[in-house]
This record gives sequence, structure tokens and C-alpha cells, in this order.
Amino acid sequence: MKPIYFDNNATTPVRAEVFEAMRPFLAPDGGFGNPSSLHTLGQQAHAAMESSREQVAALVGAADPAEIVFTSCGTEADNMAVIGAAFAHRDKGRHLITSAVEHHAVLHACDYLEKEHGFAVTYLPVDRHGRVSPDDLRAALRPDTLLVSIMTANNEIGTIEPIQELGELCRNAGVLFHTDAVQSAGKVPLDLKEWPVDLAALSGHKLYGPKGIGALYIRRGVQLHALLHGGAHEKNRRAGTENVPGAVGLGVACHLALKEMATEEPRVRALRDRLEQGLLERVPCAYLNGHPAHRLGNTTNVSFDAVEGESLVLALDQAGFTLRNEGLPGLEISTGSACASGLLEPSHVLKAIGVPSDRIHGSVRFSLGHFNTDADIDAALDIIPRAVDRLRSLSPIWEDRQKAGV
Amino acid sequence: MYSAKVMDHFQNPRNVGDMPDADTVGSAGSPTCGDILKLYLKFHNGRVSRATFKTFGCGAAIAASSMLTEMVIGKTVSELKSITNTQVAEALGGLPPIKMHCSVLAEQALKSALEKR
Repeated sequence: MKPIYFDNNATTPVRAEVFEAMRPFLAPDGGFGNPSSLHTLGQQAHAAMESSREQVAALVGAADPAEIVFTSCGTEADNMAVIGAAFAHRDKGRHLITSAVEHHAVLHACDYLEKEHGFAVTYLPVDRHGRVSPDDLRAALRPDTLLVSIMTANNEIGTIEPIQELGELCRNAGVLFHTDAVQSAGKVPLDLKEWPVDLAALSGHKLYGPKGIGALYIRRGVQLHALLHGGAHEKNRRAGTENVPGAVGLGVACHLALKEMATEEPRVRALRDRLEQGLLERVPCAYLNGHPAHRLGNTTNVSFDAVEGESLVLALDQAGFTLRNEGLPGLEISTGSACASGLLEPSHVLKAIGVPSDRIHGSVRFSLGHFNTDADIDAALDIIPRAVDRLRSLSPIWEDRQKAGV
Repeated sequence: MYSAKVMDHFQNPRNVGDMPDADTVGSAGSPTCGDILKLYLKFHNGRVSRATFKTFGCGAAIAASSMLTEMVIGKTVSELKSITNTQVAEALGGLPPIKMHCSVLAEQALKSALEKR
């Protein structure tokens, strides 16, 4: 039985239209040309890249496709923005501001600048829903601040940040503003030509494009140091022979996302709302993590008391076996529990919004997407409460709580 | 990531439940660490006649608890004292390095049960 995939914030499948558009650029007898070559094959590849650049620019609302630079992934785009800005503007100062709930692609780039290059970084706190306060940003800005980096929407809890307000503060202070838009691109409208945003990162495989391709929006006139040094690709901003099939796939994925957003966002949101409300109603001692309103329409993060998240992920993945009914599909989700992370570290996002550690252990994220249906939600609302029950029947914590009548 | 044996014990845990007439109950772990194992033992003629567990924890912790109960049944106290976490992990067909602490949890719960006996 086909599993139900609720892990679209981790990665999405490649859409058929994307795959078909990429195929000619991967086929042995296809358009394998190097976009730098002057011959016909090269110029065909070049033209395909440029048309993809326009599609990416359209999705994020860039004024000019030349503001889009292709990268190998979202992490590279974030690193290029943070490290590239820090190196290019170190004469202005050595201070950066970011938030406690950023993706590691931003946090660890900041950490690297602090440890290896003597920059200072302020990590803004967030409220219990995961939002950065503009007042906190205003107070943290210094004369030597060169960059502020705040994500558009959070990958774990879906909370949407007040990007326009935060960007306005930066613009008034003459400070560059970067936003990690990896989770929001393709899910919510972006209008970067109107917004006070200088840099924005996105990734192909979060919006039904392929892995191995990302993009960085660089507002015209903004100077960055390159991370990769070599040929004059991407107007000297990112050396390395272009990933033509990847760029073509990203372009088509962006085109589809933009075309379908007005219908797709509310459809997925309705599915997510039904899943979320159903779980909170049917499962006792379950709690929502994240902002009730300012949130991506596809994401819900829930803590189930007295259940450990990794075991719930496994139990749902193998629902047919764990629930003794081989007719049940598996459910694919993720958890913020330390036990599921390679480093045994609990989710820094849930810690930052003040979720107590025992509740972080029991947190799981459901991130829906284009391929989910009403039938998926029906199945999930049948399976998840039973899996939670089963694990609680093993749990000494649940037993103690039942005895105490909590 | 997990061996077939771990998945089997996670999906079909043996000897689950508390034991009102247990001779001794051992426990290890804490909710903050994300795993708690409670081990219940009943002795008859100097050997473990029944063993059950309740565990809050990841898949490996549940599998290690289940395996531990299978390993202790029929053993004398001196035999129980020689059971190590490595043996639990080996019986499970190995554990990923970052999950070895789950086998340590099993050994600690057993030690705690023996101390309280």
C-alpha cells in the first residue's frame, strides 16, 4: 500500500511536469551543452537556463531575472548570503543579527563567522509562537551591524515572520536584510521587488523541483563575496559549470507553484486544518506548537504527552505492522525529538519557543503538500490516534498520569 | 538504520505491562532525557519466572527493553549480574552508535531492580 507522505517540509517529490522538462537535458542524446560554449548546443543550454531564471524571478517577484543566482541547494544560497555579505561588508562592521529559530544553514554559517572570522552575532529570541519582535530587532541594531537574516517561514512549526516590518527597520538603518525563504517559496506569495529585502534563498526540492539546485535572490546593486572561485559563471557571482537540468527543473517547479498557488494554498490549508483539529479533538493531551494564525498552510507541529517522537515516527511508518492490520498505509512524518537527531539534540526551534523538554520529545511535524488528498486525512485521523494509544500503553509516564488522574 | 531484530521487538514487544505482584521493580532514565524503562521481575526457586516492562522512549529503547525481558527469564541472580549492555545490543543484532545508550538504559534498569530486591 502506498504510504501517506506528510513530510513535505523535509523534501517534496519531483512533479511529473518538472521531470519531463528536465529529461531532454539529462538524456544521453539530449541537450547536454555547457551554457558557456558558443556553439549551438551550448547556446541551447544557455537559453534554457535564462528562461528558468525568469521563472524563478517571477515566483519571488524579483524586478529583474539577473537578480537570481543559481546555487547547488538552499544551504549554499543561505551560506552565500550570510558569509558572502559578511566578507564583502566587513569594513562597515563585524556584527550580524539573526534569530534563534533559523535553519542550521543560517545558524551554522553565523557560528562559523563568529568562531573563525571574529564576527559578533546577536541571536534574537522569539515569542511562544516563534515570531521575532520588531522591537527586539530595533534594539539589537548597531552602527556596525552589516546584515540581518530572518527566515520568512519556519520549517519546523511553520510560523511566518513579519518580514516586511523587519526589513523596513533594516532599510531605514542602512543594513542589508536576508531572508531564508526556503520553506515559503512556492507556498505563499513573495514580492521581493516591493519588499525591503536584499537577499532571499530558496531550494528546488522543497517545491517539487529536483534536489541539487537552489537559488539566491540578490537585489540589484548588493555586493557579495563569492563562495566558489573559478570561471565567470553567474556573472562572477557563483563559479562552476551550471546545473542545467536542475535549473530547468527549478524553473518549471517555480512556474507551476506560481500558477497554482491561489487554488493550491487554500486546498492544502483545509486539509491541514482538518488533520490538526481532528488530532487535537481525538487525542487527549495533545498540544499545537507554532502560531495559530501566522503560519504556513501546510504545516502543523503537535506534541503528544508521554510518547517519544522517534518511536511515533517509526510506529506510523510501519503502521500496518505496529497496529496489526496490514491493510493500513504507512505515514511518513518527522519529529523534533532528540532521539531522532543524529546528535541527540532536541529541536532548537521548540526550545526557543519555550516548549518544555519532555514535550519536545513527544513532538512531531506533519507537513502536507500537493499530492495529499482528503482520503489521506481520513486515514491519518484513524491511524495516528491508534498509534499514540499503542505507545502510551507501553509508557510508564502515561501509566503514572492515569493513576494520578491528571 | 535499525536491524530487523530491533524492528521486530519494536513492532512486537515481548512481555509488556506492569506486574502488581512483582518481587522487584527497577527503573532507569528520566522524562527529560527522553527515555524511561521500568522493569518488573518475579522470582521462583531462585530464578526469574516472569519479567515485564514499560518504556517511554525511542524505537531502540523499546526494543532493548523487550529484549532484556527475554534475556532475564530463567536466570539466577548471579547470572543476571553478568548481563551487560553490550550483550543486549548484540542480541538485537547491533544498535546504531548513537543508540547504544538505549542498551545502557536496559543494563541500568536491571541493576536497579537487583539493588532494590
